[in-house]
Amino acid sequence: MYAVRMENITKRFGNVVANDEVCFAARPGEIHCLLGENGAGKSTLMRILFGLYSADSGSIYVNDQPARIAGPRDAISLGIGMVHQHFMLAERLTVAENIVAGREPKKDGLLDYDRARRQVREVSERYGLEVDPDARVEEISVGQQQRVEIIKALMRGARTLILDEPTAVLTPPEVDELFVVMRALRESGTTIVFITHKLKETMEISDRVTVLRDGKTIGTVDTSGATPDGLVEMMVGRSLPAHDDQRMPPGETVLLELRDVSMAGRKGGRARLDGVSLAVRSGEVLGIAGVDGNGQLELEEVVTGLRRPSKGRVTLIGQNVTGLGTGRIRDRGVAYIPSDRLKRGMVDSFSLARNSVLGMHHCSDFSRHGVPRENALCEHAQGIVAKYDVRAESIDQPMGSLSGGNQQKMLVGRELARPHSVVIAAQPTRGLDVGATHYIREQILASRNSGKAVLLISAELDEILELSDRIAVIYEGQIVDVRPTGSFTERELGLLMTGQREGV
Amino acid sequence: MGRRGLGDVSRLAYSAMAVLLALLIGAVLIGASGYSVKDAYSNLLVGAFGGVYSLATTVVMSTPLLFTGLAVAFAFQCGLFNVGAEGQLYVGALTSAVVALSLSGLPPVLRVIIALVAGAGAGAAWGFVPGYLKARLGAHEVITTIMLNYVAISLTTFLVKNYFRDPGPVDQTVLLPPGSRLPELVPGTRVSLGVVIGILAVALLDHVIRRSVLGYEIQAVGRNPYAAEYGGVNVRARTVQAMMISGAVAGLAGSVEAMGTLYRFIPYFSPGYGFTGIAVAVIAGQSMWAVIPAAVLFGALQSGGQSTQLFAGIPMELMTMVQGLVILFVAAPTLGSMLLGLRRRLPEKGGGRA
Repeated sequence: MYAVRMENITKRFGNVVANDEVCFAARPGEIHCLLGENGAGKSTLMRILFGLYSADSGSIYVNDQPARIAGPRDAISLGIGMVHQHFMLAERLTVAENIVAGREPKKDGLLDYDRARRQVREVSERYGLEVDPDARVEEISVGQQQRVEIIKALMRGARTLILDEPTAVLTPPEVDELFVVMRALRESGTTIVFITHKLKETMEISDRVTVLRDGKTIGTVDTSGATPDGLVEMMVGRSLPAHDDQRMPPGETVLLELRDVSMAGRKGGRARLDGVSLAVRSGEVLGIAGVDGNGQLELEEVVTGLRRPSKGRVTLIGQNVTGLGTGRIRDRGVAYIPSDRLKRGMVDSFSLARNSVLGMHHCSDFSRHGVPRENALCEHAQGIVAKYDVRAESIDQPMGSLSGGNQQKMLVGRELARPHSVVIAAQPTRGLDVGATHYIREQILASRNSGKAVLLISAELDEILELSDRIAVIYEGQIVDVRPTGSFTERELGLLMTGQREGV
Repeated sequence: MGRRGLGDVSRLAYSAMAVLLALLIGAVLIGASGYSVKDAYSNLLVGAFGGVYSLATTVVMSTPLLFTGLAVAFAFQCGLFNVGAEGQLYVGALTSAVVALSLSGLPPVLRVIIALVAGAGAGAAWGFVPGYLKARLGAHEVITTIMLNYVAISLTTFLVKNYFRDPGPVDQTVLLPPGSRLPELVPGTRVSLGVVIGILAVALLDHVIRRSVLGYEIQAVGRNPYAAEYGGVNVRARTVQAMMISGAVAGLAGSVEAMGTLYRFIPYFSPGYGFTGIAVAVIAGQSMWAVIPAAVLFGALQSGGQSTQLFAGIPMELMTMVQGLVILFVAAPTLGSMLLGLRRRLPEKGGGRA
């Protein structure tokens, strides 16, 4: 017997086949991972199950009964709930109000708030999902907001719960808490479909795994019988070689140094950066670990001159560059992969060719007497496309028409192609699939091994651990610890990242 | 254009369809008002294109729109909405007229060139102000340029009345002597060298936009100022420069009118060339060259409309209405997608993430 079963599901968007005869089945009371790279069709499949999309063909069974799901309403009445990557909560309302929205307990035509609160308490206690029903959603953490979404689904009677990349927005300790909740739900007989592209989590939490690739089912395996390498091969279609880990020891020359750099916050608020001092040497990757929003963006932009520090000094290759404009700083040899690629890194309506020289367009290689050298531009763009395996029809197509992963490859290619001695890599693999991530990390390591100084800012702890020679932990704009990578345990980092110094 | 934009060819086809549709609905309205549609449109066509005189009138009517349309279209490239072409046109016109009058000692060629440059310079200065306010203080250019229109129109009127007035009953400057005028291109008509200057300006700015580093940077600022900043572009400087270039071109519209058509400066002479220029630019979209047909379209409706009124006795208002319909149909989708696309930033591709 299966809690849900989807057979030969096909879904097309225009010419793109998002799901191609996909089969998927989850047993009651199991945690079933839906694993695959970005664009493999995982979310599409689950959106079909939840009634957000309708399949072009194929059939769905719930508890072995054929089911017609025309919209979320049908799905909910069949006991299917979904927690989306982007939460659908009203920020200004309280937790209880959000949870009962749409099926409010009423008294005299008004919301019976006491009853709503009681209902929320009841569910939250039954599954060990702690929330404060009276807190406003805008005041609680992302992890708690996710819990609110889960309670919402459970209160609508969900027996099968779809979690769409739930860990993408969580800090490591929050992930642990989520897993505790997921196990408790499994104990109570809830079926969980867990969408992810992260292997470690899959291995840790799931009972069975279904792998999708390019919109097709590759197979379903028991987690206990699976290996991470085997799963990667199913996801990517080939095995990934390990990173070439013959690391040269870092050099001695300090190429990038920040001394006591601060940036004032909004009036009355705390400083965004508070006395940050760091030094990155040639041939070294310094990783900045931290929960998003603790000053990483400010750090990235202060170093590259997009913002001015209110105090302190930035030194680049022995020269003070504090307060110089971005163009002048970058011309001294800074390759910069910005964290927000859509906003900062590209002009999406410009062609690949034009984007491939952004920031170098005025250099003599690419322009002469104020006129761009179109041939040089095209050659340069072709070079990046070929070297980084960018999937593009032509270098004349607009950058915005590429997928996120290919945009990022283009961008990383551009930055590492410019003459540089320092690399600022902010969230270099955010949102990318395993293959692209692997490749970009390799390029960053190659840059390091050729003697560049790399400042790596990433919210992915795994990435920091894998690439960094040293790690600096940032919390509320302060560097709370800097040490060689090997001397941290993951637990320690998790605690430091969330501002807990005790127990470290 | 972005992904959602139309290609050049389909764009042209679309515009032609829209004009036809506008004329069709116009026909219904003209018919409903009790006039002969056939008379109206045959006069429109003949009045716009039938014969040397009609063609000349169309060219004369199109010339200022060529400049103002180009000015607005160029500012669009930098993400700036220059609603101030009208004011820039007035300061350009008066400056050129005054300079052309005061240089009577110089040879005509030099006189004309200096007067044109002075008019462009005045327009550029008038464009500099909103550009600078935007770059330094973030003051929105739509507001400042509209305000400066009033200032320019009133200021030029004031200056003419008090300092440059031709003795006589009318507030206007003295008639320019022949050596201070733009030479006639077609003898016996008022088609002056101005139209050639306009086409050269289109060619020049098209080159700047598509084939220069300055154009690359201006477009980068217009399409994504954050990325431009990241790419080391001096966003403030490009904003001021784009506004000045736009102002200079709009100033030339005034110069050419004063020196090639009116032969003097007359307060309130413009029937809103600066504003019609916005419509021209919207129709032209992202292409500088497309400004030419767009300007001719409006010039033709104007000259054809006049002859319709004159010979078919159909009120100008009806023809103005047809013009309005043309703007509505041709420009509405572009304007709509421009407004929508202006600050639309797609988040991480929602549907594609699986």
